[in-house]
Amino acid sequence: MSDPDAREGSAVRFRGTAWKVGDHVDTDAIIPARYLVTTDPTELAEHCFEDMDPALARRIRPGDVLVAGENFGQGSSREHAPVALKAAGIACVVARSYARIFYRNAFNIGLPLLECQDLHGVTESGDIVAVDQVAGTISNETRGTGHQAAPLPEFMRRLVEAGGIIEYARRKVAGRRARS
Amino acid sequence: MGMTLTEKILSSRSGGGRLRPGDLIEAGVDFCFANDVTAPLAIREFEKIGVPAVFDRHRVAMVPDHYAPNKDIASAEQCRVMREFAWAHDLPHYYEVGRAGIGHVLLAEEGLVLPGEVFIGADSHTCTHGALGAFSTGVGSSDLAAVMATGELWLRVPETIRFVFKGSPAPWVSGKDLVLHVIGEIGVDGARYRSMEFAGEALRHLSMDERFTITNMVIEAGAKNGIMEPDEVVLDWVEPRARRSFTPVFPDPDAEYAAVREYDAGRIEPVVAAPSSPGNVVPVREAAGVAVDQCFIGACTNGRIDDLRVAAHLLQGRRVHPRTRLMVIPATPRIYRQAMQEGLIETFLDAGASVSTPTCGPCLGGHMGVLAAGEVCVSTSARNFVGRLGHRDSRVYLSGPAVAAATAVMGRLAHPDEVR
Ligand code: SF4
Repeated sequence: MSDPDAREGSAVRFRGTAWKVGDHVDTDAIIPARYLVTTDPTELAEHCFEDMDPALARRIRPGDVLVAGENFGQGSSREHAPVALKAAGIACVVARSYARIFYRNAFNIGLPLLECQDLHGVTESGDIVAVDQVAGTISNETRGTGHQAAPLPEFMRRLVEAGGIIEYARRKVAGRRARS
Repeated sequence: MGMTLTEKILSSRSGGGRLRPGDLIEAGVDFCFANDVTAPLAIREFEKIGVPAVFDRHRVAMVPDHYAPNKDIASAEQCRVMREFAWAHDLPHYYEVGRAGIGHVLLAEEGLVLPGEVFIGADSHTCTHGALGAFSTGVGSSDLAAVMATGELWLRVPETIRFVFKGSPAPWVSGKDLVLHVIGEIGVDGARYRSMEFAGEALRHLSMDERFTITNMVIEAGAKNGIMEPDEVVLDWVEPRARRSFTPVFPDPDAEYAAVREYDAGRIEPVVAAPSSPGNVVPVREAAGVAVDQCFIGACTNGRIDDLRVAAHLLQGRRVHPRTRLMVIPATPRIYRQAMQEGLIETFLDAGASVSTPTCGPCLGGHMGVLAAGEVCVSTSARNFVGRLGHRDSRVYLSGPAVAAATAVMGRLAHPDEVR
């Protein structure tokens, strides 16, 4: 799958079709537990949202944006959930709020998340939405509305700057070894 | 101002300074674990970090519980990845089928999670162990991989909400009813990113088994962790089991809480969480009468010996309704054996229930009792999301073991008073 983002310097921008889901979407809805017998992203992507809307995964195109309500990703800690979303083609998620384990997991596997209070209310599935991850600006081009995402918490910014948790851990153990 | 229990434990494992909510810390981890669903991904990420060994092989456990005994070839492959890693790294706390149970129940029982410690698991219900007075939380596979390599985890210190249960619980009211009552009130994101600290004299009336049920479900309110003081009940339970020395930690009397909520435990009645959210809580009396196809007593929420005792007490001398099936799954081999010695297994079999080897089983719709379209289940597990126990058109009510057992006898959602 081709990388949908247009990289300009450090900026990461996304523009794609919005898919809207409601509040409290749980990780069982994102990827049902019966598919946790695999870690293959392509296979997981096929079953993404299967119990919520069986047609949705097939309609998502690479670069699309998921627009969610409150507490997105509640429930199970399965990292398979952000993996499935990313492999299904979701370039980034814009939600009103996130459940905490999902939030960490998404950054760890490289699925960008933005928190925005007012995009959800004006957006319908099928709208064209553009996101500038670094500036935190979001526009719904279909509705002609502009929105601002909450800044990344310091905690996540440090992790993102370090290149993700695995890269961070790699550097840390390399540093320890150099010292010993 | 003093510190809450969570703040004090995190402080002691990150340099000892005064911590406030919102602080970023790197906490030392005393013990960590993964299961057959989360370990394969964690192992793959761990291998990218480039360390020859885990940070301490005595402090990393692996437990096949979700799809073990292997339900199909794919799950067998996943269990094999975990087993081969455990063997290669000579992990003493790898539990093979037959000695394995549900991780959250097994590791506490094995004395591997102790008061005052930091415990991290690649499973959202890792919050269960907070009943021991430990800081215990769930993470995803990549975070766990980093813990396995470094023995540390990045954390944001959470705000704490204190929940005080006064009085004593009414008959048939268990830890499950108390925690469901709270989730029904504060909602499925009512404690998001926060710590839930439980206290109050009503806890003294609850066994460790019931307390574990309470902290088990804090994730259903979005919490980072749930925690209780290590009082005599905790210490009496832990001391004979503990595999390491430990120092219990208590909250400061002048700790600062984001909120304090008080409940009169005596006024809480048996409840269920109706389909399809753990926050959709109603008194059993209001939901009673719904025809039920299947009841499940087990899971990391309610698969402990006290749960089985309550269920057996209600099933003694009775039969499961001819149009209902009952699955009982003890959470660990030790609980299974204890239930056998007490005659509980015989009571279940006499009643026409099925009893199986320890596993998560039906809790996540994987095997051992998957629901068909349109079926209704009363389950003692922690989640009733759409499709969680099977077909997307099946419906799940969450309850404590007494309601599940009474329901199995009546064939419809029932209050335990209807049976005893
Ligand atoms: S019993 Fe259910 S909730 Fe508990 S660890 Fe297993 S799958 Fe998760």
